[in-house]
Amino acid sequence: MIEASLRLPRGAFTLDVSLTLPARGVSALFGPSGCGKTTLLRCLAGLEHAPGGRVVVDGEVWQDDATSVFVPTHRRAVGVVFQEASLFEHLDVRANVEFGWKRLAPAERRVSIAEAIAWTGIESLLQRATAGLSGGERQRVAIARALAVSPRVLLMDEPLAALDAARKAEILPAIERLNALSGITIVYVSHAIAEVARLADHVVLMEAGQAVASGPVAELLSRLDLPLPPGEDAGVVLQGEIGALDAEWQLARLDVPGAAFWTRDPALPLGHRIRLRVLARDVSLSLVAQSESSIVNQIPATVEAIADDSHPSQVLVRLRTQGGGSALLARVTRRSAQTLALAPGKPVWAMVKSVALLD
Amino acid sequence: MDVDWSADLQAVALTLKLAFVVTLLLLAIGTPLAWWLAHTRSRWKAPLAALVALPLVLPPTVLGFYLLMLMGPHGLVGRATQALGIGLLPFSFSGLVIASMLYSMPFVVQPIQTAFEAIGARPLEAAATLRAGPWERFVHVALPLARRGVITAAVLGFAHTVGEFGVVLMIGGNIPGATRVISTQLYSHVEALEYPAAHRLAAVLLLFSFAVLLWVYRLSPKGALLASTAPDGVPRP
Repeated sequence: MIEASLRLPRGAFTLDVSLTLPARGVSALFGPSGCGKTTLLRCLAGLEHAPGGRVVVDGEVWQDDATSVFVPTHRRAVGVVFQEASLFEHLDVRANVEFGWKRLAPAERRVSIAEAIAWTGIESLLQRATAGLSGGERQRVAIARALAVSPRVLLMDEPLAALDAARKAEILPAIERLNALSGITIVYVSHAIAEVARLADHVVLMEAGQAVASGPVAELLSRLDLPLPPGEDAGVVLQGEIGALDAEWQLARLDVPGAAFWTRDPALPLGHRIRLRVLARDVSLSLVAQSESSIVNQIPATVEAIADDSHPSQVLVRLRTQGGGSALLARVTRRSAQTLALAPGKPVWAMVKSVALLD
Repeated sequence: MDVDWSADLQAVALTLKLAFVVTLLLLAIGTPLAWWLAHTRSRWKAPLAALVALPLVLPPTVLGFYLLMLMGPHGLVGRATQALGIGLLPFSFSGLVIASMLYSMPFVVQPIQTAFEAIGARPLEAAATLRAGPWERFVHVALPLARRGVITAAVLGFAHTVGEFGVVLMIGGNIPGATRVISTQLYSHVEALEYPAAHRLAAVLLLFSFAVLLWVYRLSPKGALLASTAPDGVPRP
């Protein structure tokens, strides 16, 4: 578990957070640029000192100014991946990966060099000079280098922000696998909701230096009372498994709590854990099930809440599937909301046009 | 002619010895000083940087004069060295070394400082997150990344020491074997109207200096020499 309570004035804003992050999985610090998430990360790493602050990781006190404890960065069991890879240009790839590992006492080396290399898929780069690497390759080396110090927590500061879409697509799966493979807790800073939806288990929403909300990704992204990115990106993340396969029509059924979605067969085995994203713009509402419609995914649900959307003609409707299972968001026009007499507690059918399988 | 040759060679040998000693000492002192100047936020940064850069603009005779006063029998340093039993420094090789160090200081400190500043904070932060303490960050990250600056500094410091004249004359006098270096030997030749001998020494110095600068510019092809020797924050045309 990571506990942090930090206060640090920073020009445009004052970082002022008090939060607890789970010791497992991936926690995302999510918010717009300049909201203090990078500063928070730097405080966790000990690269910044917020006077009067406190940072405790897995019971180990890294900072507690009340008792004058401030463990310097190089004595913290932390790994950091910066936005730019920041490789050592005077060393080749292997020497970069071994840089921190060499400095650990043998008993501290829980991650081997071989594992760090395999998890990031950089086997073929080891003899190369850092200068000739592509952006994506550099970032993978930086991740391997950070993993090789066997950190209790791996801090990643927008590691994909400087990469183009193709490179992002190349690295995202690698980051996704990391937590499962290594078991290392990851704190991931990002302003891109797509990355958060794909990677995070726990989300801390930050705004103007403050943590305005914190919770499991599925719950947090479905909340209507938060300054989440409106517009095209509004949507929920659902977690479940492959529940059935239809070989004849090349379809797979994705089962999540209280709902199931048919989608094209992703060639994954039955029972495989999946994460999917349903955007509010892809969900429309009906009071009755449609038998004469091409939409196969019609989910019975109950209206929980209605909130304004970014455009005055539209509203966002939060739904709860049967048995209190999963939350969905739907975007409908204000006129439709009135025509259908939508109100909390009203049963509706969610017509889901498409779902995106994230992993 | 035989006498001239041996005197010239003696001057060359002394000059090389002086330049080697001065360069080594300056690297030892200048590197930490450059590190401090590159990273400090102290209010003493500007005064100290200006002090280091002073020989760039000051006539060597001014520096030499003050050093002579300081290290002379009535000067602060002079009285101290006498009390310590070292004797007086002016007109000795040691005095020449000290004066040359001060005179060549900016040519060593500034390229290294510029190189340290160019590295930026990030590689050092990355090293800190990789368990490297302050000393390891300096030795294994900062120094290797600043190696071009260090090499440039060593070459410039060496060449500048070889080429100095005014300070040498003020502090060292022109004592054969003790303080007579190439530039003062050349001066003696001209005084004595020995122009062929003067030509010989002058040509050696000219070729040496050109070769050194050629090497430095090859090392940093973007004209970084000028940038790296400019006083802090003052761009040179």
